[in-house]
Amino acid sequence: MVCTVRGLVKTYPAARGRRGAPATPAVRASDGIDLDVVRGEVFGLLGPNGAGKSTLVRQLTGLLRPDEGHVRVLGHDLVRHPERAARLLGYLGQDSTALDELTVALAAETTARLRGLETRAARAERDAVIEELGLGEVAGRPLKKLSGGQRRLACVAAALVGERPLLVLDEPTSGMDPVARRAVWAAVDRRRAERGVTVVLVTHNVIEAETVLDRVAVLDRGRVIACDTPAGLKALVADEVRLELVWRTEPPLDVPEVAALWKTVETARAGGGAAGRRWTLRLPPDDARAAIATVTGGPAFAALDDFTLATPSLEDVYIALGGRAEGAEGLVKA
Amino acid sequence: MSVMPAVSGVSGVSGARGGVPGVSGASPGLSGASTVSGVSGVSGVSGVSGVSGASEASDEVGEVGDMPAPLAARARLFPALVAVYRAQLSRARVARIPLLFVATFQSIGIMILMRGVVDGGSEARAVVAGSSVLVVAFVALNLLAQYFGQLRASGGLDHYATLPVPPSAVVLGAAAAYASFTVPGTAVTAVMGSALFQLPMTNLWILIAVIPLSGAALAGLGAALGLLAPRQELATLCGQLGMSAALLLGVLPAARMPQVVSYARDLLPSTYGVEALARSFDGQPDWWVVCADLGVCAGVAVVSLAAATWAYRRAAVR
Ligand SMILES: Nc1ncnc2c1ncn2[C@@H]1O[C@H](COP(=O)(O)OP(=O)(O)OP(=O)(O)O)[C@@H](O)[C@H]1O
Ligand SMILES: [Mg+2]
Repeated sequence: MVCTVRGLVKTYPAARGRRGAPATPAVRASDGIDLDVVRGEVFGLLGPNGAGKSTLVRQLTGLLRPDEGHVRVLGHDLVRHPERAARLLGYLGQDSTALDELTVALAAETTARLRGLETRAARAERDAVIEELGLGEVAGRPLKKLSGGQRRLACVAAALVGERPLLVLDEPTSGMDPVARRAVWAAVDRRRAERGVTVVLVTHNVIEAETVLDRVAVLDRGRVIACDTPAGLKALVADEVRLELVWRTEPPLDVPEVAALWKTVETARAGGGAAGRRWTLRLPPDDARAAIATVTGGPAFAALDDFTLATPSLEDVYIALGGRAEGAEGLVKA
Repeated sequence: MSVMPAVSGVSGVSGARGGVPGVSGASPGLSGASTVSGVSGVSGVSGVSGVSGASEASDEVGEVGDMPAPLAARARLFPALVAVYRAQLSRARVARIPLLFVATFQSIGIMILMRGVVDGGSEARAVVAGSSVLVVAFVALNLLAQYFGQLRASGGLDHYATLPVPPSAVVLGAAAAYASFTVPGTAVTAVMGSALFQLPMTNLWILIAVIPLSGAALAGLGAALGLLAPRQELATLCGQLGMSAALLLGVLPAARMPQVVSYARDLLPSTYGVEALARSFDGQPDWWVVCADLGVCAGVAVVSLAAATWAYRRAAVR
């Protein structure tokens, strides 16, 4: 067991209102979290904005002291000895500004030196990680002058230098293009394969979550509402499929079958009056088949622009588990 | 728009207009969920996604005893300090050169102004010494307080807090970088001042001791202010106030100050650097007194750097 969390509670205290700034209530950002992460797995934390993902990983890395509960990482009690975290794990914060004025190469080298490497080893690691992540072209430029995705990639580079058995990455690929993202996942995977490195990461990208993660914990309002393999989570809703219908303008609610479908619509978006032009339905396969027959034949067909039928994704799981509806939007930030 | 792995049947092209909509089977390589299109095979729900090696804890028996894993080596103080120093100096080169010019011109301007007020002698020495050390105060106290205030406010301390570096390495490295960055400005100011007031330059080598010692004392103070201030704006404000104090108490001749103000002057770390430098302009400086001043300066430097390190620890571990 690389990482064990039991009964973790963290409340941000209420802030009194100052002039111009309204008072904010206390926020229970971790509300009794239990987690187990085993060696060599890529463990994902998924959830809407404000779910408490960053708060959780900051407690895993000894940066934030929990109000209650235990955090054990590689056999060390990090609540009692938070300073040991720096010698056990590599951390990438959600927004990292400490390196902003350094060049990419110097940021990686300095971080390696501060992880305790000798000068020569630090330079070798610097060159290796710059090569690995394809940062060669921007290596001599200060982070501040890079694009958002490049800067993030440089921060990932700094997080990866110096061997650590556990990597904790808070949204490592946010803002990156597919090539950069693939480079990051390849680098993470290589460390896992070659050295058995364990990775705990926060992500909003559902597609990525399905492909790179071994297990996923879905967080909502400071609680873990589900924790399983992506396939296991999808099995929770596997007896349903998702049907999306797009109407050209107004949905033809005067057609009785369509009016019946409208009652089961889960979300409706994008204009088109009260009913919305874009419908998402979650149905048993037979019902979905019947629904498609209805909308592709008969009078409704004239109003239909497009339809999609898909097996459930993690997003569907999230919604089925009772995540907030507006949170579902936040889940898909890519 | 949804980011579902499913590729929509006729998106955009709108097959519904042409014929039977929604025939697609392609699911992008990334996705685990397969898309079932059209009307057939809907029940073929596949959930093959990259599950591997995540079996439950059964194969972890070897570690259930919870033998703590070995801790990686700490970064040692001196190499870490050098690494921070190098990094800080490189960022200073980019970002701080204009400010160094400002600091130098400010000091030179003050000396030119004061030339109409003081008439040589000990007051002129005090003005030149005070203006030279003011450059140190500007950079080491004011800018460093701003830097640490901003680092703390933006969460940048997290980066250092998750690296196994001694806190003193971060504080001392940054302080040393800022202090050494003041060297050219201070030297230029001292030389210009000596020329302006016709003071002997023979003993200006004392700057070799004055700059690092008063630099360390002021940088420690600046770092502590920046790290202790509850908000970033307050850190900036404290830095500015500290510099104003160094300006007023260092440059204005001490003899003309009211009693209370001269106590404040005794408390300011830069004062002893100013005194040492001012004395070295004498024809025959009393080296013992100069050394005593520098000794006080060194003592204050140790105290203020220790305070800064304590403040850093306090800020980093919340
Ligand atoms: N320093 C803080 N002081 C007070 N409240 C905070 C603080 N940091 C976070 N919160 C609150 O705690 C909750 C959880 O925040 P957290 O940053 O952990 O969310 P998150 O899941 O990482 O969200 P995101 O996806 O946007 O990064 C939010 O409601 C947030 O407003
Ligand atoms: Mg976050």
